[in-house]
Amino acid sequence: MGYPSDRKYTKQHEWIQASGTTATVGITDHAQEELGDIVFVELPKLGAEVTAGKTFGSVESVKAVSDLYAPASGTVTEVNADLATSPENVNKDPHGSWMMKITLKNPGELDGLLSSADYDKFVTEEGGH
Amino acid sequence: MTPMEATAAVRKTALNAIHRRMGAKMVDFNGWDMPVEYPAAIGCGIINEHMAVRTGVGIFDVSHMGDIRLAGPQALAAVQHISMNDAARLAVGQAQYSALLYPQATFVDDVIVHRLGEDEYLLVINAGTREKDFDWVRDNTRQFDCSVENLSDDFTQIAIQGPKGVDVLQKLTDANLGAVKFYWVTRGSVCGLKNILIARTGYTAEDGFEIYIPSDETIGARVWNEILSAGREFGIVPCGLGARNTLRLEGKLPLYGHEISDTINVWEAGLDRFCKMEKAEFIGRATLEKAKAEGVKRTLVGLEMTERGIARDSYKVLDVAGREIGYVTSGSPSPFLKKNIALAYVPPEFVPVGTAVKVEIRGQGVGAQVVPAPFYKRPKKSS
Repeated sequence: MGYPSDRKYTKQHEWIQASGTTATVGITDHAQEELGDIVFVELPKLGAEVTAGKTFGSVESVKAVSDLYAPASGTVTEVNADLATSPENVNKDPHGSWMMKITLKNPGELDGLLSSADYDKFVTEEGGH
Repeated sequence: MTPMEATAAVRKTALNAIHRRMGAKMVDFNGWDMPVEYPAAIGCGIINEHMAVRTGVGIFDVSHMGDIRLAGPQALAAVQHISMNDAARLAVGQAQYSALLYPQATFVDDVIVHRLGEDEYLLVINAGTREKDFDWVRDNTRQFDCSVENLSDDFTQIAIQGPKGVDVLQKLTDANLGAVKFYWVTRGSVCGLKNILIARTGYTAEDGFEIYIPSDETIGARVWNEILSAGREFGIVPCGLGARNTLRLEGKLPLYGHEISDTINVWEAGLDRFCKMEKAEFIGRATLEKAKAEGVKRTLVGLEMTERGIARDSYKVLDVAGREIGYVTSGSPSPFLKKNIALAYVPPEFVPVGTAVKVEIRGQGVGAQVVPAPFYKRPKKSS
């Protein structure tokens, strides 16, 4: 699966797609593949403040728990309620099954994130196997 | 580069290259490079692998398990001395679940004892405790007239597990598997290899077999692939340690370092029925007697989460008031039951089924209750 070029990526394997000061956040195909069968997604409450580089929730596969890191700072305006009942959607469609929408505090933060090409290169090198 | 101590070489089974070729996700398991799950692209992943074993068939590379052979005129006496179950009850060809205990009645390891001949026993032990177990067995059987051999590197051990396992293996062997009862062994040709040990055993709480073939990459790869081909009509999938863990957890089968360890005794672990106090002296017996008289301070129970959350290994168990009362030994989503389950040590007053407790998950007490365990029991066949 290719990484869509309409968004930015973190080295913790989240993606963020911004439109003005609104942004949508999810995890990458690489992340879902590493996690395996996802069975639980814990997301922040509406109105919560998230901070770039800090955890905003967690995702659990059968075998492990992983933290989710906010790619940028902002206020949570929406969470993907479908994931409460169908967390496996993240495995099926990681780049479509978003986790939260936020109002960006500083859209400029996205400039420091990876492009799709850079992210692809990053996971290829990191994976190494 | 970070300067590091020389790390111990990671050990590999003879099937390692096959796992990698199949795209398995590999992990370091007690120093062994083992598959945790195979790719979703070939119909795998922990949940699919788990379900295949519950409803059809799956195969596992379990060559990391260790094997100790005791043979000689006093082999039975030696086995009796070092293990808690009563090996005198074993007919030739029969196997039993047992454990090796320290004098303080805690676990060196749990084992399957197979009686292969009149005076010949095979102990199958855990990967992480191979050397420790062998040293323990050798050092504690010196007074007996029997040989003790470490055969751990001699076998590639493949487990064929699930209700269709018998159908798959029967296609590849001349042994009459229908005549082999659960926890019995036989010998026969498998994939053209002569005189192969075939045991109707496993670690999945399901029917199944474990075969012991020579440890050789070429032979192993051929047998592995022949089993996969023979199992295609039954929907066979390769399974990793991830599914092995969830399968054994549903069946409340103990895992060394979790439900049993060198700090947990037999009564606490609830393994009473595999411990035969009426047989003659064995290591740990005296302490067990004392421990029984004193009563246990903690017991292994099954938990099911009643609120949203997944209990994981070593999470704290709290009472409803939030006071710490115990800990989770193994916790996971149960792929078959579709519930979040766990095994945990709690004080005796929390043992009754239905008792409400909490599991501390990332700082929050999340509701759970004591439920009967095993969580899963395989359906009894009428035949």
